This record gives sequence, C-alpha cells and structure tokens, in this order.
Amino acid sequence: MVAGCELTAMTTTTDHPVQEASAASPPAPGRSPRLTDRRLAVLFISPAMLLLLTMSVFPLLWALYLSFTDYSATRDVPADFVGFQNYADVLTSPQVWQRALTTLVYVTGAVALQTVLGFGIAYLISRRTRGRGVLTTLFLVPMMLSPVVVGLFWKFMLDAQFGVINSMLGSLGFGQVEWLTRQRTALISLIVVDTWQWTPFIMLIALAGLTAVPKYLYEAASIDRASEWFRFRHITLPMVWPLLLIAVMFRAIEAFRLFDLVYILTSGGPGVSTETLSFHVYKVAFLGFNTGLASAYGILMVLVVIVLAQFYLRYLNKLKEG
Amino acid sequence: MAISIDEAVPGPATDDAPPERRRGGRGRMVVEVLLLTALAVAMLFPVLWMLETSIKENRDVYAVPAKFFGFEVTLDHYKDVFVAPGGGQSDLSGSFLNSVIVAAASTVLATVLGVPAAWAYSRFTLKAKKDQLFFILSTRFMPPVVVVIPIFLMYRALGLIDSKLGLVLIYAAFNVPFTIWMMKGFVDEVPAEYEDAAMLDGYTRLQAFYKFTLPLLVPGIAATAVFALIFSWNEFVFAIFLTSSQEVRTAPPAIAGLIGGTTVDWGLVAASAVVFALPVLVFAYLVRKHLVAGVTLGAVRR
Repeated sequence: MVAGCELTAMTTTTDHPVQEASAASPPAPGRSPRLTDRRLAVLFISPAMLLLLTMSVFPLLWALYLSFTDYSATRDVPADFVGFQNYADVLTSPQVWQRALTTLVYVTGAVALQTVLGFGIAYLISRRTRGRGVLTTLFLVPMMLSPVVVGLFWKFMLDAQFGVINSMLGSLGFGQVEWLTRQRTALISLIVVDTWQWTPFIMLIALAGLTAVPKYLYEAASIDRASEWFRFRHITLPMVWPLLLIAVMFRAIEAFRLFDLVYILTSGGPGVSTETLSFHVYKVAFLGFNTGLASAYGILMVLVVIVLAQFYLRYLNKLKEG
Repeated sequence: MAISIDEAVPGPATDDAPPERRRGGRGRMVVEVLLLTALAVAMLFPVLWMLETSIKENRDVYAVPAKFFGFEVTLDHYKDVFVAPGGGQSDLSGSFLNSVIVAAASTVLATVLGVPAAWAYSRFTLKAKKDQLFFILSTRFMPPVVVVIPIFLMYRALGLIDSKLGLVLIYAAFNVPFTIWMMKGFVDEVPAEYEDAAMLDGYTRLQAFYKFTLPLLVPGIAATAVFALIFSWNEFVFAIFLTSSQEVRTAPPAIAGLIGGTTVDWGLVAASAVVFALPVLVFAYLVRKHLVAGVTLGAVRR
C-alpha cells in the first residue's frame, strides 16, 4: 500500500513539480556548517558508488575467485583451488563453441535485420509531413513491452496447431510450419521476435538523427540539382551514420546478454539449436550446479561485454568531443 | 558531455514545407505511404492480437482457422487475473502488488542515490571523472545471468534470497548507473551560474543545490524515475532466480509461470500480459520527449 502511494505521489510530481519540491525546502540560509566542494562531492557520490561496488563489483570479484575453484553451490564441501582448469575446460569445450556460433548467428542476424528495418521505417517517417508523432508513438509500442510479455505472446502466435501465424499461412495456401520445434526455424523465430521488439529502438535513434540533419544542406543540394540518391548518399547517410552506429553497438551488447526471450520462447530447444551463451551459462550454473565452471564461463562472457562496451563508450566519447 | 540532436519524437509537424513536386512524385508518395502502413500493421498486429485474445471466449481463442472478427466478447479472463476461482484474491494480483512495491521502492532508492551523484559529477572537477562515469555505465552492461550467480550465493549467505529487499537492492543497483547518466544530462542543462549567484548571496553550496537547482530538476527527475520504474517493472532474470515464494514473486515470473503446466490458458496469459503492459505504455507515453535518452541509458540526448 505504501508503495502504491509512492507511485501516485510520483505521478502527481509530474503535474506539480515545483510546489512539491519547495514544500520540502530547507531551514534559513547560512546556518548549516559549510562543506567544502570536495567533501560535498564525496558525500554525494559515495552512497551510489557503495551500492554499485557491493551489488556489481563485489559479486564479480567473488565470481572471479570461484572461477579458480571447483565449488558447487549444492555441496557443502569446501572448494578446492584448481587454477585455470575451469577456463581451459570452457575454452576447449566444443559445446561452448557451438553456443558461441549460435549466439553469433543470432546477434548478427537480429541486429542486421533491426538496423535495416529500423532505418527504413525512420527514413519513411521522416519524409512524411503529417502524422509523424502518431506514427512514431505507434511504432514504439513493442520496445516498451517486457521480454516476458513479448516471448509469451509470440509463443502463442507461433504455435503450430492454433497459432495465428500458421492460420494465416494456411489461408494463403501454405502448409503448417513448426516454428519453435524445428531446429532451423526455431533460431529464425528467435531472430524474428527479437527484431520485432527492437526495430523500434533503431528507428527511434535513426529518426532522431534524420530530423537533426540541417535543412539548408538539402536546399543547397536541390539548388545544385543533385539527385535524390546523391542527397541520400552524401548528406543523409553521413549525418545519421554516427548515431546509427551507437544504436547498433548498443543493440549488439544487449543481444549478446539476452536471456529472457530464449528462456520463454524456446528454452534453448529443440535440442540445443537456440541455446545462446547466456542460456548455456544458466544451465551450467543452475541445472548442473557447476558453480566454479559457470563462474569461469561467466567471467569470460563479462570480458566480451567489457570489450564491446569499451568500443561503445570510446566511440560515444569521440562523438561527444568531435 | 551529451550528444545533442533535435526532438526525437516530433509533435504534429508544421515546420517543414512539402518536398518539391516532381514528375512521378505522387506515385512514389503513394508507394511510401502503403509501405509504411504495411510495416505499421506488421508491428502492431501482435499487440492487437493479444488484446483480442484477452477478450475472447476460450473456444474462440483456440479456433482454427483463427477468428479475427465476429467472436463473442467476454471479460472473464480479466476477472481471472484478479479474482481467484473460488473467490478472493488471485495469486496473480498478489504478484502485481509485489511488482508495484519492488519497482517503486527500487526506483526511489536509485533516485535518492543517483540524483545527488549526478549533480556532483556535473558540477565539480573530480579526478578521472570520465573514467568514473564510464565505469558506472559499464556496470549496467553486465550480463544478468552471470551477475546472478554470485548474487545468488551472496544473498543465500545474507538471507536475502526470496525477499523483496533483495530484489529492491539489485534493481536499484541496475538503475543507479542509468539515473546518474540521465540526470547528469539534465543537471548540465541548468546553468551553474544560478548556484554561483546564490552562493554570493550567502547560501552554502549545498543550500544552493537544494534551494535553486533541485526545483529546476524536478521534471527531469520525474522522467528519469519513470524509466527506472519501467526497467524494474519489466525485469525478469533476477526475479526468477532470486525469488520463489508466492509472497515475494513479482508479476513477470508469475505470468511466465502460467505456461508451465500441461494445458495453457492463453486467454488468461493474454489478459495478464495486457494488465501488465498497460501501465508501462501509459508511463512511456508520459516521458515520450525523453525516450531517446531513456532507452540509451542517458548516453544519447535529444
């Protein structure tokens, strides 16, 4: 109930922001002891940092320690130190490499599709003069949904017997497709669903880039009687590209981390055809209870994410300074 | 610090003149509008289908071929979401309440911790500030399935497994990086001169912050909090691994649990998905002006 009230308080804040804030205003000026800027900065930053250190950094360090042991979360025996054995096991396992390949296919497939579609939609919307706001809002709906909702719903729509997709295919004269229970179509389905959910993300950012292209560039180009393709190739694309690349890298990191959609839609199956690295690490950790091995596996995945995130952040930084 | 671009979700556009008419321009426009309509239908169809399924009788839900129109409308599935078969509160409604509590509490915590930090990062020259900020954002990129392994062990040792507090803490930790990055953009937009002027009038720096800057930040704080709320509300991975009992379980794992059995009541799944998604869509609509910044974790600003 308390939380319910907080929620309503939050919505009212949106309506009357200034009054709310000044209602909680401080005592008369000049009374409190003066804090130096430095102290104030430390005081303001350290609580947030403390939370991050305990909830993000410390667990990772713990995982790092566990990755050198044969610890299992279900056994009570103390863990033995095994050196780099877990890392060697993960890196030489053909299973892991197969999951890596699946992940690669999934990430490149989904991100490429999203980029092409998202940019295409953004381009089409940017050429409209009326109804842009409504169109954009409608297109954004899938992105705001929880992966649980998205996964469940597509599972229903892709059902081989009573799913609406097969029903539509049937009325067009095509045969039934076992979307989620055949090796190849399962991975394709996963890519399609992810694309459906995240195309709006690329679209949103591409649209932001497209609307930021200064009009005078186009005007200058049309004075020069430049062709439409020339304008697209030499004005639109170079102006939007940096922002689009940010969106693509962001999506790639997110797709690499993806777990919930796989869990709901296919649970990695049929066989292991849709098992991504994220899903495999979960199986090792929570079904096999091979905690040490899973930690090594996880640390290697974190390294991949750190490398990807570094690219992303450096590029972001370059863009901001440029 | 922030990349600036024009308003991302444009309002009713009145600004730009229609592109100059060429021969064949009209035909092309028609093609473009048709293409856009087809894409919009493809994107929205699953959402509409979910809405339809949630108000169909069970026999129509499983009808082959699928019934698009002409089915009987019923609100039974929505009743089932909130009311248990024998009367009284259903399990799902309890989970919804848990979701509200966990999402709200973690958002408040992330905001209280994140906003002052964002202000400090915006105003002061600090050692390796850029590195600190990048470090903060990269914690947000960690794969949840990996983080959950040590968190699970840590919570087990601390007795936080299957507790709302545990979920609140981990969600707050995931929202703090976002809050700091998003809010830093808003703080950057408030001129530091306001605070300087206040300090000339005898206020301390701290007073200048909460008397003059903070009131100006309230709309930004509200938008940031709404995003944090959406992230916590939609979160699934931590929820499913760190909680198990009905008293603690939030809505996403509860809804996902509906398909666990041998027969699946898809009407109920659809209705609960609609109930679950509706507040998110309303909130997202409220903060549509800040969507670009929100979904890129504050890295790209409008």
